[in-house]
Amino acid sequence: MTAQTPSQPALELAGVSKTFHGGARAIAALQDVSLQIRPGQVTGLIGPDGAGKTTLMRLAAGLVSADAGMLKVLGIDVAHDPLAVQSSIGYMPQRFGLYEDLSVQENLDLYADLQGVPPGQRPARFAELLHMVGLAPFTGRLAGRLSGGMKQKLGLACTLVSPPRLLLLDEPTVGVDPVSRRELWSIVYRLVREHGTSVLLSTAYLDEAERCDAVILLHQGRLLGHGSPADFSGPLAGHSYSLTANLPKRRLQMLLARLPGVVDAIIEGERVRVVSREAAPPDLRALGETIPGLQVQPVAARFEDAFVMRLRGGAADAVDTAAAMQGSTRRVARAEDPAVIAVDQVQRRFGAFYAVKGVSFEVRQGEVFGLLGANGAGKSTTFRMLCGLLPASAGSLRVAGHDLRHAAAQARARIGYMAQRFSLYVHLSVRQNLTFFANAYNLPRARRASRIQWALHGFDLADYADLPSGDLSLGYKQRLALAAALMHEPDILFLDEPTSGVDPLARREFWQRINLLAESGVTVLVTTHFMDEANYCDRLLIMAEGETLAQGTPAEMKARFRTPQLPDPSMEDAFIGLIERRAESSGAAA
Amino acid sequence: MSTPRGGALMRLKGMVRKESLQILRDPSSIAIAFVMPVVLLLLFGYGVSLDARHIPLGLVLEHPDANSSSFAAAFDQSEYFSPRYYTDIQSAERDLAAQRIDAIVWLRADFSKRLLARGDAPVGVILNGVDANQARITSGYVQGAWQSWLLAYAAARGQELKMPVAVEQRVWFNPALRSRNFLVPGLVAVIMTLIGALLTALVVAREWERGTMEALMVTPIRIRELLLGKVMPYFVLGMGGMLLSVAMARWQFDVPLQGSFWLLLIASAIFMLVALAMGLLISTVSRNQFVAGQIAILVTFLPAFILSGFIFDIGSMPAPIQVITHIVPARYFVAILQSLFMAGDIWPVVLGNAAALLLMMLVLFAVLRRKARKSLE
Repeated sequence: MTAQTPSQPALELAGVSKTFHGGARAIAALQDVSLQIRPGQVTGLIGPDGAGKTTLMRLAAGLVSADAGMLKVLGIDVAHDPLAVQSSIGYMPQRFGLYEDLSVQENLDLYADLQGVPPGQRPARFAELLHMVGLAPFTGRLAGRLSGGMKQKLGLACTLVSPPRLLLLDEPTVGVDPVSRRELWSIVYRLVREHGTSVLLSTAYLDEAERCDAVILLHQGRLLGHGSPADFSGPLAGHSYSLTANLPKRRLQMLLARLPGVVDAIIEGERVRVVSREAAPPDLRALGETIPGLQVQPVAARFEDAFVMRLRGGAADAVDTAAAMQGSTRRVARAEDPAVIAVDQVQRRFGAFYAVKGVSFEVRQGEVFGLLGANGAGKSTTFRMLCGLLPASAGSLRVAGHDLRHAAAQARARIGYMAQRFSLYVHLSVRQNLTFFANAYNLPRARRASRIQWALHGFDLADYADLPSGDLSLGYKQRLALAAALMHEPDILFLDEPTSGVDPLARREFWQRINLLAESGVTVLVTTHFMDEANYCDRLLIMAEGETLAQGTPAEMKARFRTPQLPDPSMEDAFIGLIERRAESSGAAA
Repeated sequence: MSTPRGGALMRLKGMVRKESLQILRDPSSIAIAFVMPVVLLLLFGYGVSLDARHIPLGLVLEHPDANSSSFAAAFDQSEYFSPRYYTDIQSAERDLAAQRIDAIVWLRADFSKRLLARGDAPVGVILNGVDANQARITSGYVQGAWQSWLLAYAAARGQELKMPVAVEQRVWFNPALRSRNFLVPGLVAVIMTLIGALLTALVVAREWERGTMEALMVTPIRIRELLLGKVMPYFVLGMGGMLLSVAMARWQFDVPLQGSFWLLLIASAIFMLVALAMGLLISTVSRNQFVAGQIAILVTFLPAFILSGFIFDIGSMPAPIQVITHIVPARYFVAILQSLFMAGDIWPVVLGNAAALLLMMLVLFAVLRRKARKSLE
């Protein structure tokens, strides 16, 4: 089926630079990038937010023009003939480009008209596409009424009405549940296998890099590497180890992260995964104490290890947050702590639609409790009810001993809340934002000054104290937001999707801080759609369509899906297994 | 591969169908195109009137007798006044201050005596000058009423009133002096501006906000097809709003249409294209619905309201403002509308203004063609 000359690259960049000007500031989105993408395979475009992924996609689609350098798509110079390029590629922007007030069929019709698909070929093509993305039963439904995963697949179908030779997918898997992610990948593989389509797919999920034939690693507009995933992880053989000990996993992770020879230490399941700077296990003598029952096991290196190694430049700058956060340590978590959050059979109705139906859980003091689920699963609604921002339609919610129906204000005084989107004042400086929150929480004058000092130093914000908070990078904004939520030393911390859009390094640092807070007795309730972050939680509640899918520790959940074929299932495997079981049981019931 | 020409037609058809479906499914489009005109027409047709009728007038008769009563009766019978009677000036002044009456006509106690004795009886008139326009109208009506009383008074005594110059007044084009007759046609221009510029600017900005524009641009569609695909459905919608307004003007408010309907249709079509071009131009400047709406209100809707001569006469504006009105397209259309509705097919007026609109349309589309690009920058 491959109609291309194998030698001709699907996409070729030579010395491409692009700078955006926003007022007085210039942002270099891409700097002197040269690369060639081989046809007939899946190339992953990987990098943290602001790396230049979307700019590269838009340059290739002829939507923006390069300041310098040359771009060729399928042998055509984009600057010279953008229309010819646009006629032979498929492009799905981040929000899928669907008309929500048109039905599935009408969206397909529109793109078929725009792509010039002859009417005679349409019925067969539509049938094939609808079957492939599983939307055949929903042709009459408005696109706006589809779930996130279905929208993403319809967006993909629309870009495929006229079979493109190069398919550009800009972060197609963001905010989509793992099942839909997996389905998207199988569609992409099928396109490559059966039609020889070249695919360029950008993603912020590092684990997706392993699924690509080739990976382009971008960071701050520069090309850091280009090759197969094995090319990245290969040189790191012997650097990666998995450790366990007779210590709580978070405690162990904090100890290991502070070792000088350790580049990366993350919690994975019940173990701690460590990347060592040298091709040898980390030197544990530097700890100055013996860890009881320590076992070290070498594991295969993976793309993520290479990513962290390259971005940290091999320097072990794992943040020494322990000392910095000392000030907020007030008590030690005890084994038999009382439940500080109690949710019982809570429902929330919007008209005839149940956003949350019959959810119950308890969180004990000092616990990190996670709410997991895809967009639209009901996580944020549950959260807003716990913050007293939204009354429950039925059931009871108690936070720090206060019933939210009667004493929402008292409960809120004990809560620190970090909203999903950056909700500080972008025109105020870091210091002004902190002062504002200190005042809003009614801190006494003396405490106010000391807490602001604590925030500036504990979160490494002192250098930026007088900068408008809008100018901070996303990772620093997130630090500031966390500091603001902690100004009044709350007993309970609510984090709504705290790490979405933040790069993997900032995410690691963020979780270190959360661990420290939990160790000092703060109860943490967090929502996330990153399945790997679930490992940082003591216990989890997985939600789907407003209902509880499962509740328990990460280890328990994964254990339910352990099979001979899959001896060590990931959180994502467990999530997909739960969704499938649910579909089976509801299918059996129907 | 289909032929390029067939492809262009197919793409255009797809765009027009998509846009039409969106209009039909979006209640706010329908509201702006059909509900808003009805509300505006009802408001202006019934609510706003620039005529002075039933002016509350205070008549102070300090010493009521036959002469002063017959003078007062002249006001009583007039449909322009609803008089209230006072016997002392103080209470009338209090009511004037309290805005219960708009003017005072004051006949002193010696009115009859001086009228009979010397024939130089003074009449005091006090006007509330806060609304200067209203005050002038009232003053004119008061004089009219008093003059007709004088004539009747003289005739009754077999005398001829000596007046060196007599005004014989005839009102053309709107003999009943109904302000509705010129307000309602002018509203058509405002309504079409609303649909053409505001609605179009909003829907294009919405495509940017929802990210659909980005997807559209990476299809083989040409920018002219994209523009045409937007213009055509909204042209139909705007002409629909226009026909609705004309029908309401004709049958709901009995505004006569003196000129040719076809001429009205052609002039409206040109103006509609001008409004659409303005809307599309705004959308190339702003990709945010809120800002696009603000700009559209500020540069198209408000000028159409204030500077078009629809309510405020352009001739009585200060000279610099008069100059500015020349770049307001609604000005030319309002002139055409008022002439077609009230005076008939006055060719010099219609042709001159239509030529101005046509020129504006060509310039705007030329600018649009240059400005609109298939690019996100």
